[in-house]
Amino acid sequence: MSDPLLRCHALTRRFGALAALNGVSLEVEARERRAIIGPNGAGKTTLFDLITGELTPSAGHVEFAGRTISGLPPHAVARRGISRSYQRTNAFRHLTAGENLRLAAAAGARENFRLLAAPPPPASTSAAVREVAHAVGLGARLDILAGRLSHGEQRQLELGIALATRPRLLLLDEPTAGMSPAETQRMVRLLAALPREVTCLIIEHDMDLVFTLADRVSVLHHGEVLAEGLPAAVRGDPRVHEVYLGSGGEA
Amino acid sequence: MRSARRLALAGLVAVAALPWLVGSYPVKLAQEILIWGIFAMSLDLLMGYAGMLSFGHSAFFGLGGYVAALALRGWSPSLVSALVLPAAAAAAAGLVVGFLSIRVSGVYFIMLTLAFSQMFYAAAFNAEWLGASDGLPGVPRPRLIGLDLDRTEVFHLYILAFFVLALVALARVVRSPFGRVLRGVEDNERRMVALGYAVRRFKLAAFVVGATIAGVAGSLEAQFNGYISPEALFWTTSGEALLMVSIGGAGTLAGPVLGAAAFIGLQSLLSSYTEHWTLILGAAFIGFVLWAPEGLLGLARREAGG
Repeated sequence: MSDPLLRCHALTRRFGALAALNGVSLEVEARERRAIIGPNGAGKTTLFDLITGELTPSAGHVEFAGRTISGLPPHAVARRGISRSYQRTNAFRHLTAGENLRLAAAAGARENFRLLAAPPPPASTSAAVREVAHAVGLGARLDILAGRLSHGEQRQLELGIALATRPRLLLLDEPTAGMSPAETQRMVRLLAALPREVTCLIIEHDMDLVFTLADRVSVLHHGEVLAEGLPAAVRGDPRVHEVYLGSGGEA
Repeated sequence: MRSARRLALAGLVAVAALPWLVGSYPVKLAQEILIWGIFAMSLDLLMGYAGMLSFGHSAFFGLGGYVAALALRGWSPSLVSALVLPAAAAAAAGLVVGFLSIRVSGVYFIMLTLAFSQMFYAAAFNAEWLGASDGLPGVPRPRLIGLDLDRTEVFHLYILAFFVLALVALARVVRSPFGRVLRGVEDNERRMVALGYAVRRFKLAAFVVGATIAGVAGSLEAQFNGYISPEALFWTTSGEALLMVSIGGAGTLAGPVLGAAAFIGLQSLLSSYTEHWTLILGAAFIGFVLWAPEGLLGLARREAGG
């Protein structure tokens, strides 16, 4: 077995007396699609924040592609090939959808520091932008301001922004949050069609999506890993039922 | 877009012809507007494009003025003294002040930039060799090959040339890939970081560019008045530029120039009737913030767009 792409070592994050995450160890293989499930407050988003460097761990560390990334500033972590989408759409509201995608695609481009360079052509003419837009179903909406897109489209844009940086590891925080059933189905299809080279870590409440997409599932509860394994095994785990699947009625 | 460009060109020709068309007072007024227009545009790069509300932009304006005054008086009345040295000094100061200030944001950024500019003011105010509270008088205009800048129309075109240069350069910067990054930072800084942008470096670069151009404007101000005083460094100088940007429309470049024209025009108009002209100006500003937050240019666009 090859080394995992992502390795979390006993990650702990305390906020005052509260341990939002308590000694979480996690290994994700390259090309894997891993779902992270758990009740609200289980520490799922905190885990993402610790991986991306938006929070620093109180204890433990994160390794990506064999190198420690804990302690790096968030922009440096992103440059290593980790990208995330947010639970609440976090786009550039006053820019067009195309410009949103281009900004994401151009992160780290050397020309960004050429102050007197000629203005770039419209974002909708960029091949990289068109490709991502097509992948997330926004090919015809590139000239619309992000703030004017429908909720479902904004979620697609959120995914597109995360994808446009061409990440090796994609962290998706509830990609279907607030979506209608039809929009959710569409999102599931979009996610299922993502290239396998992009390793995915998905926080999700929608169990259909989890069991459709995930190779493996990790269950977080009270900041700790309660169970981990194949979707079917996790679904059959009585402890998981007790804390999550049975109680929430979301299964 | 094309008609806007034509309008700007026509305006430029009209402004260039002013010394041959009108008396010396309106010409002086126009020159002041051009100089403050450069200053306000340089602040707009920070405010309107990079989302940095600097309250200390006077530091670079005044510094440029003082360096130009010292160099033109004591060293040589050349373009190096009038342009290169003030710009370089303002850039260096902008690098230091910017490096320290952009570590914080929001109110703290405002306070920090304000504090830095007040330090510059206090330093100049207390320095005998800088003329203390009186500042430096008798600043000569530079001698350019065959050009007599003491003649009104030559000086007028000289200032206009700097104005056009600043406008063209800034317009280029805000449309460049760099300018697009700034727009992204202004819109959603946190996401830019998450995407992998070293946001602080971009903000610092913008801060230094803005400071440099403000320094050039300050140098022109010293040449225009023939003196420079600590008032150029005082926080009210930053405040006036902020008003110009807000009244004209932040994030437009042309707007702040309109704002400078409105501010200086109103000031000269009102101050001949009443000592309390700042009251009226204040009321006008409040009106803009409440009913036309996008500024004069925004209003004009709204009218044109229907």
